[in-house]
Amino acid sequence: MPEIQLPASLADVEPVRSVRTPAQLDYTFTAGDATTRFLKGITQKKIIGQQANPDSRVYVPARGADPELGAATPIEVEVAQVGTVTSFCVVNLQFYGSGMEIPYTSALIMLDGADLSIMHLIQEIPADQVRIGMRVEAVWRDDADIEPTLESIKWFRPTGEPDDVNVRIPGEIRGTGLGSWVGGVAPTELTVRNPRTGEGGTAEFGGEG
Amino acid sequence: MGKERVAVVGIGQTKHEATRGDVSVAGLLREAAGRALADAEMTWSEIDAVVIGKAPDFFEGVMMPELFLADALGCTGKPMFRVHTAGSVGGSTAIVASQLISAGIHEKVLTVAFEKQSESEAMWALSLPIPFTPPLHAGAGGYFAPHVRSYIRRAKAPDHIGMLVALKDRQNGLKNPYAHLHEHDITFDSIKDSMMLWDPIRYAETCPSSDGACALVLGSEKVADEAAAQGRQPAWIQGTAMRSEPTLSAERDTVLPLGGALCAADVYKQAGITNPRKDVDAVEMYVPFSWFEPMWLENLGFAEPGEGWKMTEDGVTALDGDLPVNMSGGVLCTNPIGASGMLRFGEAAMQVRGTAGDHQVDSVRKAVGHAYGGGSQFFAMWVVGKDKP
Repeated sequence: MPEIQLPASLADVEPVRSVRTPAQLDYTFTAGDATTRFLKGITQKKIIGQQANPDSRVYVPARGADPELGAATPIEVEVAQVGTVTSFCVVNLQFYGSGMEIPYTSALIMLDGADLSIMHLIQEIPADQVRIGMRVEAVWRDDADIEPTLESIKWFRPTGEPDDVNVRIPGEIRGTGLGSWVGGVAPTELTVRNPRTGEGGTAEFGGEG
Repeated sequence: MGKERVAVVGIGQTKHEATRGDVSVAGLLREAAGRALADAEMTWSEIDAVVIGKAPDFFEGVMMPELFLADALGCTGKPMFRVHTAGSVGGSTAIVASQLISAGIHEKVLTVAFEKQSESEAMWALSLPIPFTPPLHAGAGGYFAPHVRSYIRRAKAPDHIGMLVALKDRQNGLKNPYAHLHEHDITFDSIKDSMMLWDPIRYAETCPSSDGACALVLGSEKVADEAAAQGRQPAWIQGTAMRSEPTLSAERDTVLPLGGALCAADVYKQAGITNPRKDVDAVEMYVPFSWFEPMWLENLGFAEPGEGWKMTEDGVTALDGDLPVNMSGGVLCTNPIGASGMLRFGEAAMQVRGTAGDHQVDSVRKAVGHAYGGGSQFFAMWVVGKDKP
């Protein structure tokens, strides 16, 4: 680079033009309380959601806390093994480290009784026929192969029921969204519930919050 | 914002390329920082403090690179800060730097952000297998594609909007000598015919992987007044804001995140903007996948719900439109991830200073710089103007 004048002592030193530092990280993953409880359910072929109190959102899979309430989620609720596709993506890209055969359809699926979509594979239907609102059901591995992992569900497939056109897509309110400016007016913090004060939320819009 | 006024008085960036095989990370940073200092007519020794930002360390596989970069940035023995907010980091880094001056601590601060993607594997780093979970993650595109699909459905947007954005930004990039991609032969049809990578996102609607860095010299009111007296227009920082929100909340809009709208509302209030569509002259926003232009137009208050795509279709966001968006060619032409946010903030400042060259928009008095990161969960914005706040 012309702007830099090297001192004479460095004149014959080979310049560094690239530094490659392969990284490797071996670790033991401890699932923690919430995930452990969820995965124990999976070994029974049950999908167990968790909630902070009997009226609050049901999280699947739970991370141990309800971010809206800032509270732990000790209550366990079994949710359905059928749900609705809230959105999806068809992946056509092969990349380093991926073990997936392409193309594959990964979908966000809102299980009946849950309030957050999980991401999983859609199979047994051509990719170009997958749609938002489509009803799908879990397909489990053979019983002998069930392990404490969400991979024990091989994929989801269409149930054949009519589409749920009114599926609750997280964040959507009356066809707009939490981060929309309606009539040129910005939303406020009170659009969502303040976990500290309990104020705010979307109840006035017909949401469950 | 603190009490003291702050302005951008120097801007520098590298030539961005897929592989900058001629310089190390340290050399890349010096190239950008040296240009920013030259632009500010300052020397390294005049700088009081350095604020540096980059995306996850796992990209290049170097933990806390700021430690070994201190020498190259001339800040041995000076205060140095590292900022990290995923893809929005270039914006947050500039804001943290500005706060060191607005709080009255320093007069002259150098801020730098970078990524050397040729020495990293971002697609892999963003798709690490999560224990006990199917290995479905396919990089940022795989994460954002379902949200783009939700937007298209919600806004009832026609399919060609994403392609129009890609065409506009790539054509703008032809006017920017620093841009990574210079696709002279690009057409609407070549975009349409490009491979569908993460349906509904095509290859030609996707940002490249770039090596590059951006640097800004920020000065106090006294420093900026001196620059102005010598005929160098400062870009006065009229407002700065950052917001974040939890990724996995049942009450979260991943398409138009509440945090993004609150960030915009906050920064407009500081800058005295009551009608963003009328009061803002140019916007440089973080659009790594083409459809994010109409999404952010709605999220940042430039359009009513479901109307953002109409601005794109009507040419409002073109370089000669009523509200030019991504004059530099944006992230769709250049994506050194850690630097991408600062490039947005820097372009907004260049427009205000009148130094944007062939991609300069006439008579810009107020410009917005915007960046987002993570799973659309970190937001950083600033408003810069010709006038003192």
